[in-house]
Amino acid sequence: MAVYDGLFRVTGLEGWCSSGGPNEGPLTMAELIARANGTQVEGAPAPSVPLMETPFPSLDTLNKSCSSIPRSRDMTQAVEEGFLAIKDPLKVILDPLTQPLSWMLDLSLDGFQATPWFIMIPLLVVIAWFSTRKIGVTVLVALSFLFMAFIDFYDDAISTLSIIFVCTIISVLLGVPIGIAMSRSDTMQRMTIPVLDMLQTLPTFVYLIPLIFLFSVTESKLYGIAIILYAIVPVIRLTDLGIRLVDKDVIEAADAFGMSNRQKLWGVQVPLALPNIMAGINQTIMMSLAMVVIASLVSAPGLGVKVLAGIRNLELGVGLVAGFSIVLLAVILDRSTKAALGRIDSSVRQ
Amino acid sequence: MTDDTDIKISIRNLYKIFGTDPQAMMEHVRNGIGKPDLLEEYGHVLGLQDINIDIRAGQITVIMGLSGSGKSTLIRHVNRLIDPTAGEVIVNGEDVLAYGEARLAELRQNTMSMVFQKFALFPHHTVLNNAGMSRRVRGESAQIADREGQKWLERVGLAGYEEHYPGQLSGGMQQRVGIARALSSDSEIMLMDEAFSALDPLIRTDMQDLLLELQRELHKTIVFITHDLDEALKLADHLVILKDGAVIQQGEPQDILLHPNDDYIIDFISDINRARVLRVGSVMEKTDRPGDGLSGEVDVAQNLESVIAVSGGDTNLHYRVMQDGQQVGLLHMRDLVRALVPVEAADPARRVA
Repeated sequence: MAVYDGLFRVTGLEGWCSSGGPNEGPLTMAELIARANGTQVEGAPAPSVPLMETPFPSLDTLNKSCSSIPRSRDMTQAVEEGFLAIKDPLKVILDPLTQPLSWMLDLSLDGFQATPWFIMIPLLVVIAWFSTRKIGVTVLVALSFLFMAFIDFYDDAISTLSIIFVCTIISVLLGVPIGIAMSRSDTMQRMTIPVLDMLQTLPTFVYLIPLIFLFSVTESKLYGIAIILYAIVPVIRLTDLGIRLVDKDVIEAADAFGMSNRQKLWGVQVPLALPNIMAGINQTIMMSLAMVVIASLVSAPGLGVKVLAGIRNLELGVGLVAGFSIVLLAVILDRSTKAALGRIDSSVRQ
Repeated sequence: MTDDTDIKISIRNLYKIFGTDPQAMMEHVRNGIGKPDLLEEYGHVLGLQDINIDIRAGQITVIMGLSGSGKSTLIRHVNRLIDPTAGEVIVNGEDVLAYGEARLAELRQNTMSMVFQKFALFPHHTVLNNAGMSRRVRGESAQIADREGQKWLERVGLAGYEEHYPGQLSGGMQQRVGIARALSSDSEIMLMDEAFSALDPLIRTDMQDLLLELQRELHKTIVFITHDLDEALKLADHLVILKDGAVIQQGEPQDILLHPNDDYIIDFISDINRARVLRVGSVMEKTDRPGDGLSGEVDVAQNLESVIAVSGGDTNLHYRVMQDGQQVGLLHMRDLVRALVPVEAADPARRVA
């Protein structure tokens, strides 16, 4: 006997309840404890429950009165089974579709690692110089990489950089067109924004759960997808915003001179939205860096692995130094992209 | 106004209603519902009602009205930046509203160009690129675009600024770029939407003079929108006065000044310097009789201010009015002085039904 017995008697559902038979699913924790204590949950005389302690009519509580109602454990079980059921067909589609991502990540990783340090570090410094034209940022990049190389974190840092490199390129290639589509259609914007909100608010670990089931942990696309899903949001949002913020008068002028939609998009809207798009790319880079650390849980190589080792093996020093290297990487990526952004801003000369 | 000039743009029974279901509102509007009632009862805004304007080739047609009178909406119907709810817009004998997208783009690229109140230059392009923009849009080579852009920049007095960006120029200079951009497309029609309203008064006068100078040379069909009566009177060959989305009077500016047919217009024109705006031709007696006791000759296009200066303020004088070396009439100073007094009440015979 349980609290809500009366409810089912009154509504005349007793027959349906008893037709459910005994629970066949896995035991709940409460049942396990009860069994271990030697007390029987079912059939035990109902203790009179004081009004103030009336339990919420949740699945588990109702199940005590009516075995036809599933327990919450059965519900999560069903979700899992449902997911596993669609997993295989989903995999047939997603696997080949995402395979190039694995190749790109692996290829880039091999490439970055195969390049000797005495070529790689000068190359990064040269890139920093040509994209920013700022001595301060360039020196910072040089010093940071020399420091990380000196403390033997060079390989990890370069792996992390390689992953960010690939994921950012893909995020931009996918995100900018999505942003453009959003800016051109209000319906598209209304449909996309909830998805973006979800991607941004979902705890990062939650992405990993379905991905682990879908793909093998040994495949690099697993962490690639997790990073891209997380990092693509700002570039989409800011592309959309940037294009929508382009001066209406200028768009009207473009129309009045008979520009085609394509001329207008590539000749006016995208160039004028470029500062915003670049700000989105900067955010995307920073978010991929944040995610690449978490993705080390699912075998992403790089600095995140060292942080993880610090936690797992209680190697405090390794964890702290790796964490510091990540901060260093974040700072130089942020400074370089911001300086590059500043150059674009001044070339638009509003 | 002579009748032998061609009608370039003809606007016929044009209506524009803003709201969720403008077509359904057309019936109410045709039944004579007013702008305030339409807004109150149905939540729709009557933007333009029953506009009929003929715009003649080679003339400056000025559409004047206060803000909210629908003048900017009206000019955007000509190149279909806004589509009307009902009515026709006929350009060069073709109904623009029947145009598909490609034909419309062609019209905007080749037949019309536009100058905007807020300049609307492309901030990421140099002044030269902006000036040659219309050529580039048409797909003509960069060479042609630069040559035309350069030519018109020089014409509007901006030589030497080719490599600047619009943001580096002052407002007046930016609008010169805007005019060069419109001229370089070599279109026969120029739409100017409050083109000089954002400029300060001295620069505005400069720009008006520039426009008149260009017009003497180029004879474009210009549709000019303004809220400034002095500007309208200075530029207009044909003046259209708009109030609450309807045309309340149109005609030659001198004629409107002497024979306003609406209290609204009388209010409007009461503050202007009539002696400077009115011309001899508007107040003279049209005759070829020689007349006696004449004190001299004046030109038909002279303004009254200059005649008063010549006459020394004597109201008993008479002048022979000349045009191209021939007498076209006699000017009696008495008439001239009478014309300087603002019209009190409109002549009922001139009111349009």
